[in-house]
Amino acid sequence: MQQKDIAVLLDEPACAHNTKAKSGCARPKPGSTAGGCAFDGAQIALLPIADVAHIVHGTIACAGSSWDNRGTRSSGSTLFRIGMTTDLTEQDVIMGRGEKRLLHSIKQAIDSYQPKAVFVYNTCVPALIGDDVEAVCKAATEKWGIPVVPVDGAGFYGSKNLGNRIAGEAMFKYVVGTREPVPVASELLSEGKRIHDINLIGEYNIAGELWHVLPLLDELGLRVLCTLSGDARFHEVQTMHCSEANMMVCSKAMVNVARKLQEKYGTPWFEGSFYGVRDVSQALRDFARLLKDEDLTQRTERLIVREEARIDQFLEPWRQRLRGKRVLLFTGGVKSWSVISALQDLGLDVVATGTNKSTEEDKQRIRELMGDKTKMLDEGSPRALLDTVREYQVDVLIAGGRNMYTALKARIPFLDINQEREFGYAGYAGMVELARQLALTLESPVWPAVRRKSPWEHAS
Amino acid sequence: MSITVLKRTKAMTVNPLKVSAPVGATLAFLGLNRSMPLMHGSQGCTAFAKVMFVRHFREPIPLQTTAMDQVSTVMGGQESIVEALATIFTKNKPKLIGLMTTGLTETQGTDIAQALGEFREKHPEFADRQVVAVNTPDFSGGFESGFATAVEGMIRTLVPPLEAGVTQPGRRQRQINLLAGASLTPGDIEALKEMFDALEMRAIVLPDISDSLDGHLTASDFTPHTIGGTPLSEITLMGDSIATLVIGDSLNSAADLLHEKTGVPDYRFSHLLGLDAVDRFVDLLSKLAERPVPPRIERQRAQLQDAMVDCHFMIGLAPVAIAAEPDQLLAMTELLQGMGAEIVAAVTPERGPALEKLPLVEVKLGDLEDLEMMAKQGGAHLLVGNSHVSQSAERLQLPLLHCGFPQYDRLGGYQRSWIGYRGTRQALFDIANLLLQHPHSEIEPYRSRYSQKRD
Repeated sequence: MQQKDIAVLLDEPACAHNTKAKSGCARPKPGSTAGGCAFDGAQIALLPIADVAHIVHGTIACAGSSWDNRGTRSSGSTLFRIGMTTDLTEQDVIMGRGEKRLLHSIKQAIDSYQPKAVFVYNTCVPALIGDDVEAVCKAATEKWGIPVVPVDGAGFYGSKNLGNRIAGEAMFKYVVGTREPVPVASELLSEGKRIHDINLIGEYNIAGELWHVLPLLDELGLRVLCTLSGDARFHEVQTMHCSEANMMVCSKAMVNVARKLQEKYGTPWFEGSFYGVRDVSQALRDFARLLKDEDLTQRTERLIVREEARIDQFLEPWRQRLRGKRVLLFTGGVKSWSVISALQDLGLDVVATGTNKSTEEDKQRIRELMGDKTKMLDEGSPRALLDTVREYQVDVLIAGGRNMYTALKARIPFLDINQEREFGYAGYAGMVELARQLALTLESPVWPAVRRKSPWEHAS
Repeated sequence: MSITVLKRTKAMTVNPLKVSAPVGATLAFLGLNRSMPLMHGSQGCTAFAKVMFVRHFREPIPLQTTAMDQVSTVMGGQESIVEALATIFTKNKPKLIGLMTTGLTETQGTDIAQALGEFREKHPEFADRQVVAVNTPDFSGGFESGFATAVEGMIRTLVPPLEAGVTQPGRRQRQINLLAGASLTPGDIEALKEMFDALEMRAIVLPDISDSLDGHLTASDFTPHTIGGTPLSEITLMGDSIATLVIGDSLNSAADLLHEKTGVPDYRFSHLLGLDAVDRFVDLLSKLAERPVPPRIERQRAQLQDAMVDCHFMIGLAPVAIAAEPDQLLAMTELLQGMGAEIVAAVTPERGPALEKLPLVEVKLGDLEDLEMMAKQGGAHLLVGNSHVSQSAERLQLPLLHCGFPQYDRLGGYQRSWIGYRGTRQALFDIANLLLQHPHSEIEPYRSRYSQKRD
């Protein structure tokens, strides 16, 4: 990928970071950078597309350290879980045999696994030695009649966030708009309610949490043409251009897709979250609003009343247990405000939140939700986190898996909120699981046990 | 809050959890050196028990029978005892025979004391050999209490009383007694010995199945009696020790007797699972030994704490059903509750002093059918029990943590160490792994009716 293409991707008008000097897409600082590379971002954004063969073109470092490492789930095909890489050798690099190996790899993937499509992820070494991945993909498509899509996101191009956008760009350029949707079955149409087509962008179906939300959308007659990319299929991505409204779920990662769908096809979009009772309801309302369907609006309101009352019953006993517990929430960008409302729904007191990846807009929303007394943490070093925990008498730290063992070593209850987690928190039903997991760690008897000194230490 | 012991309410026991008392007593006798357990009963009592031991330990097991037949059953079995003792001492040359009654001979009314007297009178040539005779009717108690009865019998017969003047409490400053209950495995006792070594103490373990049933190849190709186990000469020195450590509430009366006979002070532990129990044990040991806790053990403690924190995500709030002998039930219950798990079913085959200490509302005296029903009702995610529970686990599609006796559907159950910081840590990892491999809170895949997916 050329420098000017990268610059175009970095300049994302729909991203609130864009005007800020401190952008998630800013150049990383050597010696003081956490987080993944562009390849990482590109791969995780697309890997959940289940019936695609995902080939990592590069040395073993890229696929070898990252395959089979995500909590996303599929309701059918599990092809995406098969780790595929060209595993380039020294001879491949010296003799320039990378392209040839890639072509053979694509054939092998097609022969062995009959994928609906092949995605080829470029990485640093082939990008550096000049493998023409795009040309190989084109040749392979013509030769074997199966879409082979290049995703050119070598690590050195930039951050994980950029990689997300590269992935979105690849989908938009090569896949979206190449097929018309399957018509809705006539017996479903005859039920009387109008069926609207929608997309969910940036929803990864972590631990299957999307399945908490889908039944609600079904009831409202909202047909999800495609989720980019949780539990998605290749042919669903192809039809994304036909939706009537798009939701950017809880992340700006692929905001370029939403923007471009609007520019090219005029599809309106909104940004929302499925975490927390209030936010789920708000997301449903936003769909009704964008779709401008009065009947849908009324049905949505009725569903919200019913579901909120129902879930309230289940949450009440948990609220009794969790009320007043003090939380330090440390997670990136949008999640910092979307999760806050979920925690407040459970009666927890969010005393501090991480804002190192948040935009001014995000921070404003945090202030609206929590008032001015809340501490905003701009720095995410383990020391800073632990100091805040002590200073604010935090009962539980909620953060990504990377910070988990920092908390545990400091004998602090912890809840994992990132992609590697094993539990789904989305939707109304996900709130019960969130409450349960919070109570599990907060009330665990292991904390007093591991804080206690040994009897002989005590005596001396 | 005192616990309710739910008694047996149905006529028929289905999928028994209980193992008979003579089997427990046999295990205890197998922990003595050059010993031969002898069941006074029909030969089936012995054969069945032997098969169970062979399958559990995967070792040849010395075990004999008085082989009661119709005539001896009707006319009196004492002759059979005399004959069996003489034959075994002549042929197999053990130093000790552990004589146990069974259901048959207790019902029939054999007086083992009298039979023993008769044997001594008739066979003075075996005066230097020991016989420990105990009453272990099959219809009373079970594995754990049978084991305890045998240990009590050993103390009664083999330990010289203080009045005899041959022992003096504390005479051997680096010597300590360990009364090891039925729930300890050979691996457990090995681990304890390492701990004693680390604190420069020498332990007399009674009985010491770690020396006889640890599963090692020996130089000689066949020995008709036990190899290894507590030497009888050591047992006579127990009165010289500075203290007795007792592991398992089931050994309470055996411990009382040892204390009464020798005057050696004792310290009792229900079990050695979990941070708290091991802390108290190590602390005591270090004080008795007058040695600081070695850094190695300190490190193991810190490792256990780390494992507790790591495992609490999986074990916390997990509903668990346990079927075990009272001592083991108490140990597992305290371990799991200490990790935040919920015990939704506790089934035990017999009464025992440990039941009173259970931090539960109720415990069921019952069988594995009871366990299965209660586990289902309580929505258990994990079963804990012996190999017989495998069937229930299959039917309920739940993972099983193998513990207790017998374990015949897997290898190495006997050598596993549960106790101490290290054993507890491994137990926590295993429990967490079982729960991880059988996820319960997984969200059911949902397919929208409007979906374009076709796979």
